[in-house]
Amino acid sequence: MSWLRELPVSFRWMLYALVGIFALNLVQGFDSTELLTAEGSSRAMLRWGVPILLAGLGGLFAERVGIVNIGIEGMMILGTWFGAWGALEFGAWWGLLFGILGGALGGLVHAVATVQFGVDHVISGVAINILGPGLARFLSSEIFAVAYRDQGGSITQSPRVPTVGRFTFPFLAGGDLFGWKSPDVLGWFTRKDWAYISDVTGVARGLVSNMSWVTVIALALVPASSWLLWRTRFGLRLRVCGERPEAGEAQGINIAYYKYVGVIMSGAFAGLGGAFIASQELSGIYKEGQTTGRGFIGLASLIFGNWRPSGVLGGAMLFGYPFALDLQDLDGAASHSLLLVTAIVMFVLAAFAVKRHNRSDAILASVFGLGALVWYLLTDAPPDWWAAILPYAIVLIVLIFFTKRLRPPAAAGQVYRKGGR
Amino acid sequence: MNAGLVRRIGFAIAAPTMALVFAVAASTIVLAAAGSNPFQAYGDMLSHASKLETMIDILNRATPLFISGIAAAIGFRLNLFNIGVEGQYLLAALVAAHVGGIVSLPAPLHVALILLVSMSVGAGYAGVAGLLKVTRGIHEVISTIMLNAIATSGLIVALLKAWQAGGGLGGNVTRVGTAEIDTSGRIPNLNSIVELFTREIGRDRELTGVLIVAILVGVGYHLIVNRSRFGYELRASGNNPFAAHAGGVPPKRMLMAAMLASGAIAGLVGMTEIMAGGVFPANPIQGLGFAGIAVALLGRNSAVGAAFAALIFAFLDISSGILQSTGSASREIVQIMQGLIILAAVVAYQIAERVRRREEARVASSSLIGATA
Repeated sequence: MSWLRELPVSFRWMLYALVGIFALNLVQGFDSTELLTAEGSSRAMLRWGVPILLAGLGGLFAERVGIVNIGIEGMMILGTWFGAWGALEFGAWWGLLFGILGGALGGLVHAVATVQFGVDHVISGVAINILGPGLARFLSSEIFAVAYRDQGGSITQSPRVPTVGRFTFPFLAGGDLFGWKSPDVLGWFTRKDWAYISDVTGVARGLVSNMSWVTVIALALVPASSWLLWRTRFGLRLRVCGERPEAGEAQGINIAYYKYVGVIMSGAFAGLGGAFIASQELSGIYKEGQTTGRGFIGLASLIFGNWRPSGVLGGAMLFGYPFALDLQDLDGAASHSLLLVTAIVMFVLAAFAVKRHNRSDAILASVFGLGALVWYLLTDAPPDWWAAILPYAIVLIVLIFFTKRLRPPAAAGQVYRKGGR
Repeated sequence: MNAGLVRRIGFAIAAPTMALVFAVAASTIVLAAAGSNPFQAYGDMLSHASKLETMIDILNRATPLFISGIAAAIGFRLNLFNIGVEGQYLLAALVAAHVGGIVSLPAPLHVALILLVSMSVGAGYAGVAGLLKVTRGIHEVISTIMLNAIATSGLIVALLKAWQAGGGLGGNVTRVGTAEIDTSGRIPNLNSIVELFTREIGRDRELTGVLIVAILVGVGYHLIVNRSRFGYELRASGNNPFAAHAGGVPPKRMLMAAMLASGAIAGLVGMTEIMAGGVFPANPIQGLGFAGIAVALLGRNSAVGAAFAALIFAFLDISSGILQSTGSASREIVQIMQGLIILAAVVAYQIAERVRRREEARVASSSLIGATA
């Protein structure tokens, strides 16, 4: 498989996606569901994946400057509140900006605690995760429950927020181009109902059509982050802080400054993710507890993606998929099919592990695979709690097989003191 | 009393005091900005807290907070972040309430069984995260958060549906709690003991008997951490895992042991609620696990510190209700105060630690100079 490694990373992910769709398509043949590769599912996957992606990118910038940011979740919550408030007060785009600022504020607090005072990164993050929801609740009680009471605001939620516009790619999915309606190429293929090809185009169409502008921005942030971190002097300095801060210091780089910048950017990403959750794309309101641990799932996608933006995107989509499926899968058929998919993936993993002489991985993957297969064969539809825990279970299973082979930034999590003291 | 001891006590008290002062100052600003009278609010909080019934409320709240804080502190001693206390205690309380509700035993055995079940379930669930860390290197913060979500959004909903009182009511019936535990399985309240010293307790307040369990947990924790070999190894491994390993302390075994112990104590957090109501209710009190982390951080992982921290947090929790009834300030200010206290505390401890080190270095160098002169 060495030729795989020589492909550019975007091609490699595309290839993985094609194989994935093929597997899903194959499985659908056995079951009475078409949801696994439906256009609506891929669109929902994108919608649910974006906040995870933004949380993951947030984690990326923090860990690249050597600061572990467990507080992403709390910063996301600040993003949801400020995003909803800004949108209500000044309009949809301002909501995004305020969401970013709210998250960045959390990032600033984390930076002060960890960089300035040398507090343990996890402890500071945990404190922010307690402070964030508290602040959001207090602000709601002072603002949403007072000024917006007659519109349905309360201590735990805001009224409906305005939304930014939507976007469909021209040519690929028939979006408008300066008022002219372009042809819908992917849609044409999808409607032909050709085996596999129409599934691929359907999935692809879901990813390029009828999406919020925020989604477009979030997706654009992936290559932008790669470029910034690996192609600019600024990015190099950021990364030095996370790999060898002493070396950077010897070069005359102001390590503390770059750490501040990285952590504040981290909060800003998380805040944008929060604003997205509160936007029309997912909720349309600020609601207490609406982040449901997605900040942490973002960190998991960061690990899965080996601390690289493109990998984070892959992880975010993978973890967003079960969330998306759960919402549409009313009769449980798709969740049921997903068991078979899990079994197949596990057996493939086991085969690879055998090839690499990794006995523990092989045994573990076979056991998981067999379990999923037996469950698939014995039931018609898995119980409803299965769908609820699936996203989190997938995160755990993915981490079980991917954590050990990865390389985090060398100095991530270490408390840095100028002059090595 | 010698000067060294005074200085040590000073350092121990200075940091949390600084944190409290900072948090109160910051909250005062927030309250004033929100248009309330902060001093009126603080006055209301303090005057209510001096009533006997409110004190009982505070103790009832502090009990689970303290236990949760000790559960977190066990992990912290090893630089292990058991964020999963939340899921562990809810799952443990549910299983324990169910088991307690279906068996009938003589009183001491019944209580012991319930406590044993809850501790084992807590330990087992925490053990999953421990195992993932030891064998696969998954950071416990991520794994315990995922396990929390799995417990609260999946397992507890499913189990409660299966175990609710009156059997499976089927479909989407409004959920009720588990079957009620017989009186033999419930730790009696401590009202009679309190009333020996004070007046009669009014307004149906009951001082939870789990307070005794909490005290035992605290004393046990203190003795084991500071006076036993296991505690020594735990602290050694937490301070410097490499040195401890070289000294014959297996890091993985320590990690697993700490996780199991933390989970077992976490299993007891829900007991206050189970013993008071006799059931695992459809809407149990949540958030005690996260609050416990705060208690452990503020209490610096010591039993005495955690006790004070639990009382402070319980006082704030109960005050939030009082603020609502008197209307002198928004009750949510309390949550901000809690968040600020933790953040201020961790920063203050860090500063105090730095000052202490500098002081030690100064003392050491000056005594060296004195010796050579």
